[in-house]
Amino acid sequence: MSDFTKKLGRLRKAPENFLSAEQIAQVQGGRRDFLRKAFLTASATMAAGGAANVYAADRKDWDGDKGSKLILDKPEWGTTLGRGVDEPPYGMPSKYEKDLVRRISPGLAAVTQANVAFAPLQGMFGIVTPSGLHFNRSHQGWYDINPEDFRFMVMGEGKLIKNPKVYTVGDIMRMQPVSRFHFIECGANSAMEWGNVALPTVQYTHGMVSCSEFTGVPLIDILEDCGADLNGVRFIMAEGADGSHENRTIPMSLVLSGEVLVAYGQNGEMLRPENGYPLRLVVPGVEGVSNIKYLRRIKLGTQPFATKDETVGYVDLMPDGRLRQYTSVMEVKSVITSPSGGQVLLDKGLYNVTGLAWSGRGKIKRVDVSFDGGVNWQPARLEGPIHNKSFTRFNIPWVWKGQVAFLQSRAIDETGMVQPTYAELRKIRGTRSVYHNNAIQTWQVEENGDVRNVQLENS
Amino acid sequence: MSNSKIRKAALAVVLGGAFACGATAVFAAGVPVNARVPSKDVKLDATLGRAATPDEIKAWNIDVRPDFQGLPPGQGSVAQGTKLWEAKCASCHGDFADSNAVFPPIVGAYQATKQDIKTGRVAKLADINDGATTIEKLSTVSTLFDYIHRAMPWNMPDSLTWDETYALVAYLLNLANVVPSNFVLTRDNVQQVQDMLPNRNGMIWNHGMWPGKEIGNGGIPDTHNTDCMKNCAPAPKITSFIPEYALNNNGNLADQYRQWGPIRGMETESKEEQEKKAKEKAAAANSPGAKVVALLKEKGCIACHSLGDNKLVGPGYKEVAAKYGGKKDMVAELTTRIIKGGSGVWGSIPMPPQSISEDDAKMIAQWIVDGAKQ
Repeated sequence: MSDFTKKLGRLRKAPENFLSAEQIAQVQGGRRDFLRKAFLTASATMAAGGAANVYAADRKDWDGDKGSKLILDKPEWGTTLGRGVDEPPYGMPSKYEKDLVRRISPGLAAVTQANVAFAPLQGMFGIVTPSGLHFNRSHQGWYDINPEDFRFMVMGEGKLIKNPKVYTVGDIMRMQPVSRFHFIECGANSAMEWGNVALPTVQYTHGMVSCSEFTGVPLIDILEDCGADLNGVRFIMAEGADGSHENRTIPMSLVLSGEVLVAYGQNGEMLRPENGYPLRLVVPGVEGVSNIKYLRRIKLGTQPFATKDETVGYVDLMPDGRLRQYTSVMEVKSVITSPSGGQVLLDKGLYNVTGLAWSGRGKIKRVDVSFDGGVNWQPARLEGPIHNKSFTRFNIPWVWKGQVAFLQSRAIDETGMVQPTYAELRKIRGTRSVYHNNAIQTWQVEENGDVRNVQLENS
Repeated sequence: MSNSKIRKAALAVVLGGAFACGATAVFAAGVPVNARVPSKDVKLDATLGRAATPDEIKAWNIDVRPDFQGLPPGQGSVAQGTKLWEAKCASCHGDFADSNAVFPPIVGAYQATKQDIKTGRVAKLADINDGATTIEKLSTVSTLFDYIHRAMPWNMPDSLTWDETYALVAYLLNLANVVPSNFVLTRDNVQQVQDMLPNRNGMIWNHGMWPGKEIGNGGIPDTHNTDCMKNCAPAPKITSFIPEYALNNNGNLADQYRQWGPIRGMETESKEEQEKKAKEKAAAANSPGAKVVALLKEKGCIACHSLGDNKLVGPGYKEVAAKYGGKKDMVAELTTRIIKGGSGVWGSIPMPPQSISEDDAKMIAQWIVDGAKQ
């Protein structure tokens, strides 16, 4: 153990992580040259490729050559009494997870009420987004509305509905519910990346998507309860109760299929206020903005409604200057969430490469991963069960030998659609269409372990 | 087709028939997992909810359709719109709907050309180097009516009358050179205005991204990548990346991931900068102003009032403090104004009454008089 620097591996964190207590004392005593030397030696070791697979973080806890004090000594948590079972009554994540929170991207909007807080996809597992981390897009701020004061109305043009009705939240909860896993993705997810790389981490490039188990009543059951003329209805408008009174034209085909839900449950509890408590519409597979929060009204109609967010927002500008309107479906997409942009691999060796895939057209059939920037691909392992219009988690083991690598994932959905490259998307849609960017994402792993968001010529 | 037949047909299409069969094989051998049993078929002989009254429907039936169904009779002139705009809209959108400070520009520098009005296509939208303002994209005038009336002004949504909405739409159309400055927009001439809208023919519906047959090509994608597995592309060549100096634009990335384990976040901020920020944060947390600032954030005050001296919708707190700083006798007056709202002191945009306790309002008032220090 005399020449500890030779066993440092690739650790590049703060000095105290690879200095012994004695050496830290030396540093604190003013011997800064020692510190610099230690850094240099460590770098030389790394460059020579002779790093042993030992975390220096372990070393500071060693007792000479005997082993780790974490094992040799008895810890506080094993030798004292822990806390009571009802403390706190609503459990919170460990304090060591405090940095995985929703975040706003600076410069995107001037005010927090018309903005988006991105979900920290880089630290999540499985397919469920914890409710408190579900991305939050609001147009005029969110409210926590008393369910007793909340009313939901179904009405319509002329003869399309026999009995226009008002429901309480309690009324809706007396009907037969279904519980289904669905993703919600903002139409503008990855919008900043259309022309070039703009954002450092997966939280900002892809964090406007989340997935929950939603519980609610199929809208069609409620329409039938109102005596709707399903032959005559061609378009439906949904509208929110909050200040934006957000309204959108909802595809009738999805309503008829039973997929559209008037939802109150999210991951086993009521919806979170930021996500539409006490009632929201869930329209699986389409732009997030159609999943109207604080749902107050459904209107049955015969024409599309050309609302603000389907006429001057959420329209896709094509190279010829025309705008695609009513582009609703979120097409097949995937992203590697770890390792991903802004991260650092501290050591060579085995990693789990993991990510998420989803499609607004149905189930995910396959996800391929490339480590060489799209030259060669291999299928990743999908975690089941695979749900319709839901996140699907993929994993694949990878041994990193210190070389430059370009990580990509490519999803294929049950309709056979293969996630496109940037080159393909731009050829057809240019670089200004803002919405519906479902391109293959590239993360570059550099020789020093840094992971960067890059775009490649061939993809 | 009857409703239940329509639904079963739709189910059969979407779910490959399996669920439709499940729903008809009711209960004989137990209920299949996930079977949807339409309440209609169960004959529960009970209904939920109650009839909506005509007045209730009228109160909420506020949408305006592209053919102007839903738009009540009314009128508004460009001149009236100008006044309203200055009073209620200009602080966020700029005097000429050209500001990019709070929201993207609505009109910007756009002036409808004769050619645009004739073709119904805004020609400059094809310019790859040009952004697109709201009015340039707009294909239906109804959208302006629907949105302005339901959601504006931003901090007092759903408060404009229909006549006011007519006037504001007239003002925006005049700014964009679609109608003259002496124009009066009415229910009777609104269709004529629609027929002049510069981008009325600018939308494409023939695409594959509408789920259903009502719009589009039935769902045919426009990209056609293949699932090639070997030698699919030339060796990678980087065309775009984030330069070093911009890596910290979203804050120190090391603080946005776990602080343990074999993968960490990248340190994009120097140790000195981090320590400086930590010190500032600690100082702020201990300052008497911290509690007030937290309250201002919680109550949404900072949506309209910045903590500095710059005006958003209302004056910044530093601006208010500059006026009332040290005037202890103003605490009671400011407390009342916070609770009850007010107008006229800082411009014509009124501040609405706030749901805030008297103690909290007094604390804010005292903080302002003490200089609005963070």
